[in-house]
Amino acid sequence: MRKQRSTAAGLKAKALGLGIGGIILFFLIWEAAPRLGLVSDRYLPPASEVLARLGEYLTEAAFWNDVADTMMSWALGLAIATVAAIVVGLIIGSSRFLRRATHTTIEFLRPIPSVALIPLAVLIFGTSIESTLLLVVYASFWQVLLQLLYGIADVDAVANDTAKSYGLGRLARVRYVIWPTALPYLMTGLRLAAAVALILAITAELIIGTPGLGKQIALTQAGGAISSMYALVLATGMIGVLINLAARIIEKRVLSWHPSVRGEVVL
Amino acid sequence: MSPLKRIAYFVGLPILLIIVWWALSFGSTNFFVPKPIELAQTLWSTWIGDRFFDDVLPSLGRLAVGLFFAIALGIVLGLLIGSTRWLRNLLEPLLEFFRAIPPPVLVPLLMLLIGINDGMKVAVIISGAIWPVLLNTVEGVRAVDSVLNDSCRSYGIAGFARIRYFVLPAVTPQIMAGVRQSLSIGLILMVISEMFASSSGLGFTIVQFQRNFAIPEMWSGIVVLGLIGLGLALIFQFVERRVLHWYHGLKEITHDS
Repeated sequence: MRKQRSTAAGLKAKALGLGIGGIILFFLIWEAAPRLGLVSDRYLPPASEVLARLGEYLTEAAFWNDVADTMMSWALGLAIATVAAIVVGLIIGSSRFLRRATHTTIEFLRPIPSVALIPLAVLIFGTSIESTLLLVVYASFWQVLLQLLYGIADVDAVANDTAKSYGLGRLARVRYVIWPTALPYLMTGLRLAAAVALILAITAELIIGTPGLGKQIALTQAGGAISSMYALVLATGMIGVLINLAARIIEKRVLSWHPSVRGEVVL
Repeated sequence: MSPLKRIAYFVGLPILLIIVWWALSFGSTNFFVPKPIELAQTLWSTWIGDRFFDDVLPSLGRLAVGLFFAIALGIVLGLLIGSTRWLRNLLEPLLEFFRAIPPPVLVPLLMLLIGINDGMKVAVIISGAIWPVLLNTVEGVRAVDSVLNDSCRSYGIAGFARIRYFVLPAVTPQIMAGVRQSLSIGLILMVISEMFASSSGLGFTIVQFQRNFAIPEMWSGIVVLGLIGLGLALIFQFVERRVLHWYHGLKEITHDS
């Protein structure tokens, strides 16, 4: 038993080592390509230069202001979309009639790419933060709503009928039968929405010019500050990784009682 | 359910919404909100004709080429990386990082590296849409049924036959889940690449309308984008049903028993 565990840990350490090796290898190639003249360093500065610039950014207040702006529209948009989707989802999901009647409308509205709303956002809100919010909310709303509706459709009919015959009212059934069944689906929806919300927040800043990291990327590109642009791109990637990690940890915490997560821990 | 009732469910709410929209905009002179009939007319006169061939078709062409390469490359690389353990360990953190970069920031980056042309727009679509397919394929290959895997090995099924008859079918559900995400990312990137740097295409045209305050035309452009999104979703549903009919059947059986 003990030996088995140590080999498993050994394999994990080896995988981690290889993974770190992969990242180092990537940066080495990136460093070498412009230095050897494979790519012009006017278009792709060496990795060391970009990383140095990123380090500089981390000490600048203006950079953190941009990060705060981006994260602010991300968090606010995600929160609005989630609350709205939960309310709408529970209302639609609790009635067969509403589920059927809204099906085509939802299927029609959902695939509309939220970037199609960019001109509308500019027209109504200009370059203020509301423009970003409109895009973020629209994109993440459907992710959460759809997963929630799948979850509600997955509710065990027997469990629901049992609850009914024990005299649980509509609200009590939502709380004790529908909510626990739909929660894993909701968390999946939230995880997807968190990633989509970041994409749309950056997009709005990039295209419309609302304040945030995306706007800075457009500015540095237009101004020819190429290593700054690469540094900012790396920064957005790191924010993306952090959001993915946080979403996974929260999902595990919230669903710690659920068999699928309990099973993972035992393994 | 009778067919009549089914149709009523199908079109009921959309018709209701259009009537409400029509009633609300009836007496209004609000500059920003077009009337339904006006919008339908604009949709027809704006997009049918030259603009269809000059802007819509090239955009769709770039989207199709980009998505094709993203999906094909994603599957091939995914199979390769997924079935070689050291390669997978080497690349996985790196790939997770690339996936986490919001794809729109690649537009200014690739604009520098490639210049402003069709190749850049296709490259933007590929570089953004490849990750869901690639990572899902890797994940799927890693999670193939180990009993089936051993059976294959003891029957001496190896090489191309193993991939064609065992790995690929086993991974298809995961691949399709990835493709679904790739489609919407690809569409977003098609529009953004044209809005950011272009002199033609759907994204460019819609922004142009907005800058000139051609409001009904702008709305009609939003509707066209919506229709393209809807079309992509329908095509995907059709293909998925074709490709995965065995899988849905299997799930139904295990669900019932």
